[in-house]
Formats: sequence, C-alpha cells, structure tokens
Amino acid sequence: MNSYSGDRRFQNFLRVLSSLVIIVLVLITIYLVKLSWPAIAKFGPSFFWQTDWDPVKEQFGAGAFIFGTVFSSLLALLIAVPLSISVALFLTELAPKRVAGVIGFMVEMLAAIPSVVYGLWGVFFLAPLLRLYIQPFLGRNFGWFFLFQGPPYGIGMFAASVILAIMVTPTITAICREIFKAVPETQREAALGLGSTKWEMITLAVVKSSWSGIFGASILGLGRALGETMAVTMLIGNRNEISASLFAPGQTMASVIANEYAEAGSNMHVAALAYVGLALFVVSFLVNLIARRIVVRLRS
Amino acid sequence: MCRLYRFLILFNLCAYSYAHSAVISINGAGATFPYPLYSKWFSEYAKIDTGVEINYQSIGSGGGVRQLLENTIDFGASDAPMKDEQLEKAKIHIYHFPTVLGAVVLTYNLPGVEQDLRLNPEVVSDLFLGKIIYWNDPKIIAINPGISLPDTPVMIVHRSDGSGTSAVFTDYLSKISLEWKSKVGSGPAVKWPLGIGGKGNEGVTGFVKNSPGALGYVELLYAEKNHLKVALLKNADGNFIKPDASSITEAAAGFLKEMPKDFRVSITNAKGKNAYPISSFTYLLIYKKMVQAKGNKLKSFLNWSLGDGQRMAASLFYAPLPDSLIVKIRAQLKEID
Repeated sequence: MNSYSGDRRFQNFLRVLSSLVIIVLVLITIYLVKLSWPAIAKFGPSFFWQTDWDPVKEQFGAGAFIFGTVFSSLLALLIAVPLSISVALFLTELAPKRVAGVIGFMVEMLAAIPSVVYGLWGVFFLAPLLRLYIQPFLGRNFGWFFLFQGPPYGIGMFAASVILAIMVTPTITAICREIFKAVPETQREAALGLGSTKWEMITLAVVKSSWSGIFGASILGLGRALGETMAVTMLIGNRNEISASLFAPGQTMASVIANEYAEAGSNMHVAALAYVGLALFVVSFLVNLIARRIVVRLRS
Repeated sequence: MCRLYRFLILFNLCAYSYAHSAVISINGAGATFPYPLYSKWFSEYAKIDTGVEINYQSIGSGGGVRQLLENTIDFGASDAPMKDEQLEKAKIHIYHFPTVLGAVVLTYNLPGVEQDLRLNPEVVSDLFLGKIIYWNDPKIIAINPGISLPDTPVMIVHRSDGSGTSAVFTDYLSKISLEWKSKVGSGPAVKWPLGIGGKGNEGVTGFVKNSPGALGYVELLYAEKNHLKVALLKNADGNFIKPDASSITEAAAGFLKEMPKDFRVSITNAKGKNAYPISSFTYLLIYKKMVQAKGNKLKSFLNWSLGDGQRMAASLFYAPLPDSLIVKIRAQLKEID
C-alpha cells in the first residue's frame, strides 16, 4: 500500500514535469502570436510567399527567408547525408576498433565547436577558398547550369550550405553509427554465408535494413540546420532575395531575426520579425511532421 | 546546523553592507557605436566619483529607445535622434544630449591602387544604386586622374543588421540623391538595391578585407584599426575630404546656426570648407525628471563628459564636439531636475 502511494506520487511528479515542457511550448506560441499580431492582421497568409522586405516603407514578406532556410538546409543535407553514411559505415564495418574509436571521437568533437567559431572559420578560410578556387572552377565548367552562375563572392548560399553540412554531419554520423551497430551480427553472417562480397553485405544486410533509421537521423540533422543562426548569418551574405544561383547571397529566417531585431524601431518591424519567428516554428513543425510520417511508412 | 548558522550570519552581513553602501548605480543601454568611448568614460568617471556606478549595455540604438520608453533603464543612447512620434509616447520629457561625433567612411579593397581613391556624391549614389558596376567606370576615372583602376566588378558590402551606421549612411545618400530617397529611403535597416550584407562593423570589415573589388561603409574606428583604405569624399563645398577628428568636428560646426533647440539634427552633407560629409552626432537620452540622487549624479557626469571627457575622444577615433556647441549643451543640462 505504502509503496503504491509512492508510485503514485512519483507518477504525478513526472506528469507535472513533462507537462511543463508542453506548457512552455504553448506559452512561446501564444507570445509569438501576440507579438506578431499587427503583422498577421496586416499581411495575413500572403506574408509566407511575398518576397518584399522593406523596413522603410513597412512592407514585409518572408518568402525569401523561407526559401533561404529550406534551400540551404536541404543542400546541406545533400552534402552531409552521404558523407555521414560513409563515415558511419567505415567506423562500424571497416575500420579497426582502435582507429574507429579515435575517428568517432573526433567526429563527435565537431559537434562541440560553437557555431560562431564555425562562422569565423567560414569567413576566413572557407569563403576565400570558394571564391578563389572552387567557384571559378564550377563557373568555368558548369556555368551553363543556372546553379553555378553569377560572380564568385565566396560568401553566399553555397558557403552557408557547406558550413551547415559540416555542422550537421556529427549528429547524423553518430545516429547512423548506432543504427548500423544495432543490425544483428547474424544478418551480416547470413549475407556473407550466401556468398556476398563485403560491399554486397554492407548494402544488403546493413544499409537496406537501416533505411528508416537513416532517414530519421537526417531529419534530426535537418532540424539543427533549419534553426542554425550564427554561422549562417556570418556566411550567407544576408540579401533578402530569392536567386537561383548557389553563388548568390541569400537570407534565412533565423538570420534575419538575428540581424534586425536589435535595431527594429517601429512596432510593425518588430511584429514582422516575430511573424518570421512564427513561420520558422511552423516550417520546423511541418518538416518534423512529414518526416515522422515517412519514417512510419518506411518501417511498415 | 552550525554551518547553516554561520552561513546565515554571513549572508546577513552581506545584505546589510549592501543596503548601507552609498554607491548609486545608474543603468543605461543603447547604441553600440559609442560603446568603446562610453565604457572608458564610465570607468574613468568611477575613479573620480566613487559614489556612483554607471552601467551601460550596448544593445543597439533601437533597443535603447524601446527600453527607455518602457522605463526599464535610467538613460538611453542612440546614434539617430528619436522621431517625433517616439517622443510623444514618452511619459516624461526626454532630452537629447550630443556626446561626441563619429563618421561613416567608405572603405575599399583594390590591390595595386596605392593613392587614396576619390569619390563624389554622384559616384557614391550610382555605386550603391547599382548604376556603376565596374571600377574603371568613366565617372570614377574622371575624378581620379593618374590612378589606374582595374576592370573588376564592384562588390558592394553593406550592414545586414539594423544599425545607426546604416542610418547615417542612408541619410547621407537620401540627401545627395533624389533617386535614392524615393527608391530606398533612410533608416537603420533598408532594402538595399544590391550587394551582400555583413553582420556588424566587423562583418563588413572582414568582407572588404577578404574580397578584392569590395566597397563598403564602416565606422572610422574599424577602418583605422584594420588598416583599410578609406576614400576621400567630395563635400558640399566641393573639396575632397579625408575623415579625421578635425574634419568631422568641422561638419558639426557648420550646422551650428541651424541647430534646433533640442539638438535633433542630421549633420550629413554639411557645409564648411573642410567638413567631412558623412558625420553624425551620437546622443545620450535623458529624462527631464529623475530620482533626485540619480539625476544629480548623472548631471555631474554629463558635465564632466563635456570637459575632460571630450579630450579622450580622439584617441578612440571619435571627434570632440565644437566648443560653441558645448556652451549650448551645458545650458540644456540646467533644465534637468
């Protein structure tokens, strides 16, 4: 009886703590809606696709930032996912245990670097590298393709995506590693027993059965990329415009808030920035929702 | 238990000494541009008057004005004067006190060009409107005889964050170019017709330093500290002026006659033989009525800043106020209760 009431108390205690998390989420939403109300009332849903952002004339639309956020994050995933899968496969399947330990530790260290340090490294190393070598090369050889047109500034959507890719790689790698480790040893042995080569064993027994897990890992990486602020602000070029070229500067939802909030003078400007915050909230929510659906479907 | 008592006694002692110390602390917040000077002023002043502690947070002019209007700080600071509609919202009358002058300079990265580049208003507005695209444009060559300019595109770098620096620079552009005024306008954040944005003065400085062909605008301090090239700018009297303490002070002197009583004035494109055209005041924003003790302390600090304080300005690349203006500011100081 006594222990029963203890259980109950513990259960209630946990219930309160976990509901706190939800309450904070609700409070943030309410506050954002309240703060952005003037902008919601004035611009309505067209805010999400209008691309004009003019604080002087008080004309606001977040289209360019939503595009920038989604585009830079997806591009980052495009680079980071194959890289992470390869690293994780190398660590679990190929590397000797000692080497795997050292490399795994170093990859995880990447996650501990503050994003402003990534930003600085990007400005002083990555951007000049892109400007002097990589972008001219891409422009010369693939300039007929719209993604690689325009002057090579170094700074821009491309630089931001590369830095984001480096930043999300440790997350995705760590999870992929756990997933590959969870594949039963017997499954590997079965594949080898049927006469498959190591490559066939990896693709058949390991990767194929981990597909939904890899997808989930990528979504976690995407979550980080969507909200990343500092490094992106330092590298993306902060231009409120949608352009097709990877070399052109852009702007993300997080970076425009970081850039303009401190000096936003008029109420409408503050409200519009809060509305961008709300949009970021909605976009992240939608991305997670879609991802969950896909994971569930892949599993079944 | 004994330990707990000891702790409580210690705690009480601390609380007691805190409540009885006579140090008055005054809190302010606002512009980042004068922050290096203000932090020096406040720490120097703490040595002169040990009874006061002035804290300043450089959160940006816009944030400073917002907090001042919400009465969460004792004084604010802003690069641009407050607008009429903002002043109307204030529950207590707010005074503007110019503290020092600063300049926004045009900085560029042109390898191989040793002499100082000269720019005039027409070229500057054309560059920032995207009408001049290459460095060897005939309009630039015409005012820079003897300099061989490269055939490279101009990469415009502007501030991405809202800032007083942008407000001053766009105010200047609006005065010299009707097209700029109608198309873009002025303010701490505007819709730039072209270019890439760097966060903070240090962001713009970094981009300009790293990108050949770049042209940007920063506070004088950042250009000097980073050894960037600074363009000479043609002023309203037709002379090409290098930004330094004396040419900036002269820009303020040129506006003395037209100076409104509350000092809310833009001094860009000032008249005067040697006046640098993109100069501006930076202000402290002070309530007319304050808690007596705080008000008195703040008044004596302001008095000091207009005397000894001005002499510290030049070493940090700010320009001191002209003497004739200081007389007027001291008169306004008397109006604070």
